[in-house]
Amino acid sequence: MGGWAIAVHGGAGVDPNLPNQRQEQAKQLLTRCLNLGISALRSSHSAIDVVELVVRELETDPLFNSGRGSALTAEGTVEMEASIMDGCGRRCGAVSGVTTVKNPISLARLVMDKSPHSYLAFSGAEEFAKQQGVEMVDNDYFITEDNVGMLKLAKEANSILFDYRIPTIGMESTCSAAVENPLQMNGLPISIYAPETVGCVVVDSQGRCAAATSTGGLMNKMSGRIGDSPMIGAGTYAGELCGVSCTGEGEAIIRGTLARDVAAVMEYMGLGLQEAVDYVIKKRLDHGFAGMIAVSSKGEVAYGFNSIGMFRACATEDGFMEVAIWE
Amino acid sequence: MGWAIALHGGAGDIPRSMPPERREPREAALRHCLQIGVDAIKAGRSPLDVVELVVRELEDNPHFNAGRGSVLTSNGTVEMEACVMVGDTKKCGAVSGLTTVKNAVSLARLVMEKTPHIYLGFDGAEQFAREQGVETLDSSHFITPENVERLKQAKEANKVQIDYAQPIQRVEEEEESASLPNGDSQIGTVGCVAVDSSGNLAAATSTGGLVNKMVGRIGDTPIIGAGTYANSLCAVSATGKGEAIIRATVGRDVAALMEYKGLSLEKAAAYVVGESAPIGTVGLVAVSANGQVIMPFNTNGMFRACATEDGYTHVGIWQD
Repeated sequence: MGGWAIAVHGGAGVDPNLPNQRQEQAKQLLTRCLNLGISALRSSHSAIDVVELVVRELETDPLFNSGRGSALTAEGTVEMEASIMDGCGRRCGAVSGVTTVKNPISLARLVMDKSPHSYLAFSGAEEFAKQQGVEMVDNDYFITEDNVGMLKLAKEANSILFDYRIPTIGMESTCSAAVENPLQMNGLPISIYAPETVGCVVVDSQGRCAAATSTGGLMNKMSGRIGDSPMIGAGTYAGELCGVSCTGEGEAIIRGTLARDVAAVMEYMGLGLQEAVDYVIKKRLDHGFAGMIAVSSKGEVAYGFNSIGMFRACATEDGFMEVAIWE
Repeated sequence: MGWAIALHGGAGDIPRSMPPERREPREAALRHCLQIGVDAIKAGRSPLDVVELVVRELEDNPHFNAGRGSVLTSNGTVEMEACVMVGDTKKCGAVSGLTTVKNAVSLARLVMEKTPHIYLGFDGAEQFAREQGVETLDSSHFITPENVERLKQAKEANKVQIDYAQPIQRVEEEEESASLPNGDSQIGTVGCVAVDSSGNLAAATSTGGLVNKMVGRIGDTPIIGAGTYANSLCAVSATGKGEAIIRATVGRDVAALMEYKGLSLEKAAAYVVGESAPIGTVGLVAVSANGQVIMPFNTNGMFRACATEDGYTHVGIWQD
């Protein structure tokens, strides 16, 4: 008991037909990010610093749906959102509607540390980013060919697509997305899902918890749509007892105030970390699919999901390590 | 059991020295909105309909910081936000960054009912409003001279204030000042919660936010579980310092204490207001499925009103 712990996720709800090559790429990325976090923890970085640097890495890599590689809005643009919370004092920061900031999670952190507010969005967030001198790029930077292809499929199916990740280039035979795969998420007739919000939760060697989540959101979403990732208490939460980051059907995560509820059942019902995660996944997701990663101030790590698969990796100071996608 | 309704016009540092010509219109507005809500409940309207129509009325009233009468951003513009939530299904809708929509709460409801999403902000929300054909007005409609003045004072004091116009003199002088230019504390956020005699619950909140807020700043009002929350046990609408309400997940915590610790509505709300959030930062109105109502606050005052089926009514500003 005690000691640091870290968990990373790349999204809940994975296509069971995801080609092996993509599964491998995902696991490699998760491993790399986990190791980055572990090194930082071994160098005694604080939990809040670690979650930020790990999520930055996930945002920068185009594989998952955050930062570069974000899902596209109905207009073919990228609108990113993120939130971060420091269990010490429950300080938090969030951003939405970010279009030119290379690392939304860092902007969220600046909102927390350098502004009098907790949440900034759209042009106000971009303006703040300029004032803070963060790295900014054209919106095109975030757009990948894969996602342009996916948006097209989504529009053809005329439904909201859950950040589907099967590559469209060179694998046309697997892309009968609209027809072959009847799996659904988000309560709508969507053809395929493989959502990939990214997130990281950490407890450092001082027992401080932190959580961070970042996403491009739903493929083909209405411009201006805000999901659970920037919503404190829904997609992200950290307090004295734990840090939580959720992923999956945003609307279900919001209604279930999932991240807060893990902490609440620990605080108010005295459940342990894994029990709390299991409880929330089982009881708080009415008609929704989602997953989460969590750490406790005691150095434990836990995850849970009711979707098919969740890209995840976790490690604790006593040597436990796991990188996985399926159950 | 039985129906119950409660509404608020904002919590904050409301000086008791507020002159009658400032106090009376607000009290009258609270009474009027309460009556509208009570009439609607008695007429069998759903709690969702009731909270929406009460909040619409509060938004239209320029004395409160929502809709017309919203406080201004640092750019001198309005950016309004609102949220609704229905208890039994936990369906919800939220909007932020509205500049021309006459009734933000109604647009929030449309997001809930007409889109697959929960929350739309800024240009996307305005676009949606046009598609839905809701009433929009030039944003000058929402701006009142009082708020222009408030913004000016805030800029002079160079600080963000909780939607109240304790005219900022020196930081040390926090209590009443006889020389207030308008002696008035328009506290912001308005909200309403209601339960019908079958135990169905709903909550709605609406606001212009903080005076001199950064453009794009989102507060607690549209954050499900912070400023607004409803489930099968209770409905909550909070007001005060947005950043504190978000951090303390006020709305959700009242319900969570009832659910996970078995506390009564009263104890749960008292705990959240008394212990979870720092003094001077929060007030809330809440009703439970069995018809209880509570309106606690840890600020100087909160504009509020409530009524229950057994005939109890209360309109107040300060602690009684």
